[in-house]
Amino acid sequence: MKTFKLGGVHPKGNKLSSDKAIKAIGLPKTATISLIQSLGAPPEPVVAKGDKVKVGQLIAKGNAFISSNIHASVSGTVSKIEDTLEASGYRKKCIVIDVEGDEWLETIDKKPNIKLEIQLKKEEIIAKIKEAGIVGLGGATFPTQVKLMIPEGKKAECLIINGVECEPYLTSDHRIMLERGEELIVGVRILMKAIGVDKAFIGIENNKADAIKYLSKLAKNNLGITVVPLKVKYPQGGEKQLIKAITNREVPSGKLPIEVGCVVQNVGTAIAVYEAVQKNKPLFERVVTVTGKSVKNPCNLLARIGTPISMLIEEAGGIPEDTQKVINGGPMMGKSINSIDIYVVKGMSGLLMMPEKESKRVTPSNCIRCAQCTFICPMGLNPYLISQMTETQNEAMAEKERVMDCMECGSCSYTCPAARPLLDNIRVAKNKVGQIIRTRAK
Amino acid sequence: MNTTILYAVITLSSIGILSAIILFFIAQKFKVIEDPRIDAVAEVLPGANCGGCGFAGCRNFAENIVKNESLENMFCPVGGNDVSKLIAPIIGQVAEEKEPMIAVIRCNGSFANAPAKTQYDGVKSCFFIHNLYPGDNSCPYSCLGAGDCVVSCKFDAIYIDEKTGLPVVDEEKCVACGACVKACPRKVIELRKKGKKSRRIFVSCVNKEKGAVSRKNCNVSCIGCGKCVKECKFEAITIENNLAYIDFEKCTLCRKCVAVCPQASILELNFPERKTKETSTEVVEEQK
Repeated sequence: MKTFKLGGVHPKGNKLSSDKAIKAIGLPKTATISLIQSLGAPPEPVVAKGDKVKVGQLIAKGNAFISSNIHASVSGTVSKIEDTLEASGYRKKCIVIDVEGDEWLETIDKKPNIKLEIQLKKEEIIAKIKEAGIVGLGGATFPTQVKLMIPEGKKAECLIINGVECEPYLTSDHRIMLERGEELIVGVRILMKAIGVDKAFIGIENNKADAIKYLSKLAKNNLGITVVPLKVKYPQGGEKQLIKAITNREVPSGKLPIEVGCVVQNVGTAIAVYEAVQKNKPLFERVVTVTGKSVKNPCNLLARIGTPISMLIEEAGGIPEDTQKVINGGPMMGKSINSIDIYVVKGMSGLLMMPEKESKRVTPSNCIRCAQCTFICPMGLNPYLISQMTETQNEAMAEKERVMDCMECGSCSYTCPAARPLLDNIRVAKNKVGQIIRTRAK
Repeated sequence: MNTTILYAVITLSSIGILSAIILFFIAQKFKVIEDPRIDAVAEVLPGANCGGCGFAGCRNFAENIVKNESLENMFCPVGGNDVSKLIAPIIGQVAEEKEPMIAVIRCNGSFANAPAKTQYDGVKSCFFIHNLYPGDNSCPYSCLGAGDCVVSCKFDAIYIDEKTGLPVVDEEKCVACGACVKACPRKVIELRKKGKKSRRIFVSCVNKEKGAVSRKNCNVSCIGCGKCVKECKFEAITIENNLAYIDFEKCTLCRKCVAVCPQASILELNFPERKTKETSTEVVEEQK
């Protein structure tokens, strides 16, 4: 079975909610839609206080090249546009909508039938995806249309669909593949057409045997789509790792996947593309896994963007008493949030409630140069060395050690027997080196 | 036996003398003529190499002074006016008297004033925490208390008070080199005039949020109400982005603004205790 070669760890899966069907959660009383939901320039609001909006209506327009549109996820009146707390803990501009009924735009096809025929041309598909404000739903929230526009001189050879979900606890992609397989296949075909390739691989780790079986059956009828079962290993869901695992090609340091002729998209993104192109439905809802060891009812919820996360937690049975930490995302790459008064955004893949005994860090001891972190680093870096350079404020050396290649998967901190805060230090170095590179570019 | 030693000594000494003569002439030929005043100036400088003057070390500072032959914008914050007076005759200038400065911490979000809402568990670096989240007290402008300023200080003049979680500047040791100002990711530290008898008045807050928002996180945040502006007769106080700022050039240290501030966010340092009424008791306690 295929997998990437360099490094990797095996954290316990803890997929508590993998057999729970996706459940649509009710509408909130007010939806608070953050304007910072994707990488790149934040979009400009096109509605004002007091405007009536319908579900799917454009409320903020991204004008820059790397920027994406935002649509109303509920119908009602825009009550205010103000700074509100978001997942980072800082206050960012949000559009607040008071919900009145659930009136969708007429252009959106609400019928449940699956449209197989792809009528649009290549350019029209990309324009539609841009219009619908689709971003990478795996968590990085990079605007999808930018990834699909192949730069001149480059040629895409294959499309890779990321159904790996290597992050422990999270199950939203797994459920999507099981429940919406047919739509997913159509979405994959649309993406293939958009980048002009005839090969697509769906990479799934073999702990999701049911999804592999189901999608393989569906893929048989579609020429060019292959389901690739992968050996379970973290961080296989990383773009570069997945390309290595499936095609055995290596993306050079500092380059994008298109350098080796690959485009990688998440399964959630493929579904969103299907909905945008075939059903005219912009991206205004997503599946969020709410889970944790002591959570009463771990579940996968389909929530509108802007729903308060307290509603989602309530649906899962409330915050358990022993919870010390609530994490936005999975345990490896997610970030703990400092308040639960935040709202669902496009990049929120899961909410994890960690019990007290697991959330506290162990006191770090000295580095014993065991080189565990070097063995497991999937990018082939020396985490202990970079961490040391951060401590001695030697950013120039950290840059030479390719610190910017780090994707912050957290394998080094996970594996360190001395419990050293390796990833923390690498993040500091990344921030500082990033600043240096930006000033140099000016 | 004896001759062997003799030959060896003669050969080696002649090689030595020959080399010395060659080196002497080469040294004459390639002599770097350096202004002797550079050495004289460097001698006078404290030699801390703190970089507070804006140059790479004391020697570089001395070179630049001699090159420009002027003391304009050239000030050694460590040596202060005394050093300037010593440097001036070397380059034939008159020293300009400069007011001594000191670093002040413009945040009073102590554990008591801004209670922690979360518990941070990670690397002790303000730079890192600032990039991660607003900090334990949720104020996005407050001091983070992880001590980047303490690490940056070459004079051991700043330390974190365990009780308040805020940095404290040692007035005796601080030379106003500005290293901590650069190190602070939140721009909480400012260099201000030291003042007579080190008496200072300043707004101990840099929060630019609206009053209603900032008060949720901190009891002593500036809310930009403007009472101090009305009270000040010398137009020393301005309000920008919901935040008051006292211009230390105009301030006469009358202390009227301290009395009217409803949030007790204007601090007075090293003043004798007020005789009449008890105002801003918290502040007085803070000083002790």
